Amino acid sequence: METTQWNLWEVFTQESPGDPHVHAGSVRAPDAEIALQNARDVYARRGEAVNLWVVPTEYITASTPEDQGAFFDPGNDKAYRHPNFYKTPDGVKL
Amino acid sequence: MEDIPALEKKFEEKIASGIVIEPKDWMPERYRKQLIRMMSQHAHSEVVGMLPEGNWVTRAPSLRRKVGLLAKVQDEAGHGLYIYSATETLGADRAKLVDDLHTGKAKYSSIFNYPTLTWADIGAIGWLVDGAAIVNQTALAKCSYGPYARAMIRICKEESFHNKQGYEILASLMKGPPEQQKMAQDSINRWWWPCLMMFGPSDGASPNSEELMRWKVKRYTNDELRQRFIDRTIPQAEHIGLTMPDPDLKYNETTRHYEFGEINWEEFNQVIKGNGPCNYERVHARKDADEKGLWVREAAEAYAKKKLTMNS
Repeated sequence: METTQWNLWEVFTQESPGDPHVHAGSVRAPDAEIALQNARDVYARRGEAVNLWVVPTEYITASTPEDQGAFFDPGNDKAYRHPNFYKTPDGVKL
Repeated sequence: MEDIPALEKKFEEKIASGIVIEPKDWMPERYRKQLIRMMSQHAHSEVVGMLPEGNWVTRAPSLRRKVGLLAKVQDEAGHGLYIYSATETLGADRAKLVDDLHTGKAKYSSIFNYPTLTWADIGAIGWLVDGAAIVNQTALAKCSYGPYARAMIRICKEESFHNKQGYEILASLMKGPPEQQKMAQDSINRWWWPCLMMFGPSDGASPNSEELMRWKVKRYTNDELRQRFIDRTIPQAEHIGLTMPDPDLKYNETTRHYEFGEINWEEFNQVIKGNGPCNYERVHARKDADEKGLWVREAAEAYAKKKLTMNS
């Protein structure tokens, strides 16, 4: 049988105001409006969200695990970006 | 050129040190294949699992029972969708997975091929079937594949309501007149053994177990999980006066586990093969829903396209 398959959307939920949006999973939907409704029915049946984002999966670009080392290297070897790199004279609270 | 042995070695090291595997990470084809098989079976089980319970929604004895059952059935649809979504991260195609269910190529849990004959069966399903699923899924929440583990955490949070609503149904029947008590006991007589079969064949006879354990997809063997389920369920049964249909069932003070009788694996194999009481009915109902819903999917798609052209 021929099947009609809707596009894939990634769903992000915000649990309470002030929280970041966190990836919850995906839904299939023909447009953004139905994607939002499906996301609500699938990922927010018990007040798990006060806000939802849906993004067509094809528009997400992710870094690849293979270049994990090289790609994040600039941030990995800079101890001087952390507070414990710096010394404080005894007796001072900073 | 990919250096497969080196990648495999790195993969095995990650698994050994407990690092979770994510969709874009390199993984052996066999790991991917086994997960797709296992996860799609699991998703199908959630979806087919709506049918035996849906059978009683219109006949629930009170509004309280009806809203509870409706919410539970809706959760099962949601659980199916969480797992289909997680399966798609492995490169599987959702429409193809559903097709495999409809053509009989893919399996689903054997438990849903049994009929729900009385209202007490709804209690037995919530308490026992979901109870068994909780034991299984709590273990899977620690599985090595990230999206599957995350879906399980979400599911486990919701299943405890299913389990409690089922137990409440049986507990109230057991407080009712003798006819109701008899109905409750009869449902347990029919569901107990099939529930024990849900955990799958014994360790010696389970062809996929060893590999799945090595890859930390499964964290416990079928027998270990079955024992865990029995140990936690028997005291609950005793509390409301239900008896399991197993003359060999007894508590062993030394091992601190319940001993139980022989499972009828021939029955299990027959149901898996398609000869259970409701196999045909279940798949037929799924196909029917798929076919009857086609026009809705097509209409929504046409509407979405029309909106696009009107906006451009």
